Amino acid sequence: MRWLSKNRSMTNPAIEIENLSKEYPYGFLNLKKKRSLENLSMQVETGEVFGFLGPNGAGKSTTIKLLMRLIFPTSGTARILGKSIENVSMHREIGYLPEQPYFYDYLTAAELLEYFARFHGLTAADRRERVQRMLKKVGLETAKKIQLRKYSKGMLQRAGLAQAILHDPQVVVLDEPMAGLDPLGRRELRDIILELKREGRTVLFSTHILSDAEMLCDRVGVIVGGKLRGVGTPGEMVGIQTQGMEILFELDGAGKKFPILEKATKTGERYRLQLPEAELYGALDELKAAGARILSVAQIKPTLEEFFMNLVDADRAQANAVEVSGR
Amino acid sequence: MTNVWTVAANTFREAVRDRVLYNLVFFALLMMGAAILVGQISIGIEQSVIVSLGLTAISVIGIFIAVFIGVGLVSKEMDKRTLYALLAKPVERWEFLLGKYAGLVMTLTVNTAAMAVGLYVALWTVKHPLEKGDWYVLVAVYLILLKLALIVALAMLFSCFTTPFLAILFTVGIYIAGVFAEDLRTMQAVGLNPATMRFFRGISYLLPNFENFNVMGAVAHERGVAGRLVWQDTWYAIVYCAMVLAAAAMVFSRRNLK
Repeated sequence: MRWLSKNRSMTNPAIEIENLSKEYPYGFLNLKKKRSLENLSMQVETGEVFGFLGPNGAGKSTTIKLLMRLIFPTSGTARILGKSIENVSMHREIGYLPEQPYFYDYLTAAELLEYFARFHGLTAADRRERVQRMLKKVGLETAKKIQLRKYSKGMLQRAGLAQAILHDPQVVVLDEPMAGLDPLGRRELRDIILELKREGRTVLFSTHILSDAEMLCDRVGVIVGGKLRGVGTPGEMVGIQTQGMEILFELDGAGKKFPILEKATKTGERYRLQLPEAELYGALDELKAAGARILSVAQIKPTLEEFFMNLVDADRAQANAVEVSGR
Repeated sequence: MTNVWTVAANTFREAVRDRVLYNLVFFALLMMGAAILVGQISIGIEQSVIVSLGLTAISVIGIFIAVFIGVGLVSKEMDKRTLYALLAKPVERWEFLLGKYAGLVMTLTVNTAAMAVGLYVALWTVKHPLEKGDWYVLVAVYLILLKLALIVALAMLFSCFTTPFLAILFTVGIYIAGVFAEDLRTMQAVGLNPATMRFFRGISYLLPNFENFNVMGAVAHERGVAGRLVWQDTWYAIVYCAMVLAAAAMVFSRRNLK
């Protein structure tokens, strides 16, 4: 995709991925192979918030699971903070929130955090202090003595986030962290991610919600069909993909007629006019001459669905072209 | 080993909070009650009947726990994905595996000890004071525990590479074959050809010999158990468990989670 910039050259990347591929065997005797990730190479710079975007099944979770050594690559390598992902000690500096987290439901949130804290070699006093601090941070202080089996999906997500950042990791990896959260929870999570960034930590999170990425990320990587389609800033991503302009205006005096008004749609007292970017200034002049009050002028950005469908369609078209030329 | 202990303690806590375990202890106590009843109608052989029934109950309940919970130790964590957050911590996969194993063995030890206490209470009810021969029951309980530790290791090994259902089938299958391992060594009695005999003899040495741990007949009749046998069984169980767990760790270390 031309609109996306190439990987930036980074002096001290927190996460380095080189030609990572993953194939899953399936079918009778596992003889067939399905490739869910294909030669992924990218870097996440130290201290940045990096959004990993893609539709469901694109390979986001596969990549994250590979980084967390939950699954093993068919080929390729990856390093986090300069250490190979095979090196278990690297996990002292990593926090991870799995997608749709599920924890030991016979534990309370405080017990769960205390349990996980033990793997980081913290003293008993330190564990107690951190557990209390994290529960407060994610808003589970009042529910800390309730068993996790009684938690809602959103509460589990908060508990998951707490265990991910409990040990002050340098790199935080969050797999679909917004899933299951209500608007308040989403806002609190956004605040926590921004706080982690302010503290100089690196955050990699996957999402298929474009607005999350726009709000939080320094850069995003877009993955479709197991292939990385590019890396860039959110501005690059939506800016170049602009589908036109939208003018919102009000018009005093009913019955006024002029050509451009026929293209506008009326909602209540307001008119909404969508047009190509090249026609913007001409339309504004016409509206001004007609005495319209301009309320806003904005770029029309593609919806998430359109955004990804374009990529998916391009992907399919390319696949078909290869198939045809191969005949 | 701190990580192993942490996982083990949590596994034990899980078992304690799992009501199924309490039900099994309750069931064991019921069995002891039944033993008392049988003891009262078995004139002159109360001690023998109670010890036999009690040890059988301890063994059967223990096997049930070892197989079903043993298989679930790893497979449940993978199915429910509770393992994800844990393996993202600085924890080796073998530490997780060993911790789960140790946790269940701890649980079985406590459970078996509770049932042994129940057995002694039943024994004391029909016969007091207890005699020296009655304390050999503890040796039998110890050997049952070694057997259960071995079964848990096998259950874990199978659950590392196959489905829970198949893992249960394999574990039970190996247990049954292991009970008859001694018989496989003496197949020449049925007139098989030498090659087949060698095959069965080889298999019999590979299989865990569970009959090694069975001294129920002796202790039920207040006969002692040789110290040498206890030592041999202890080392046999330790070495066999170590080999099985090492194999499980090798398989699990490269296992892709869902």
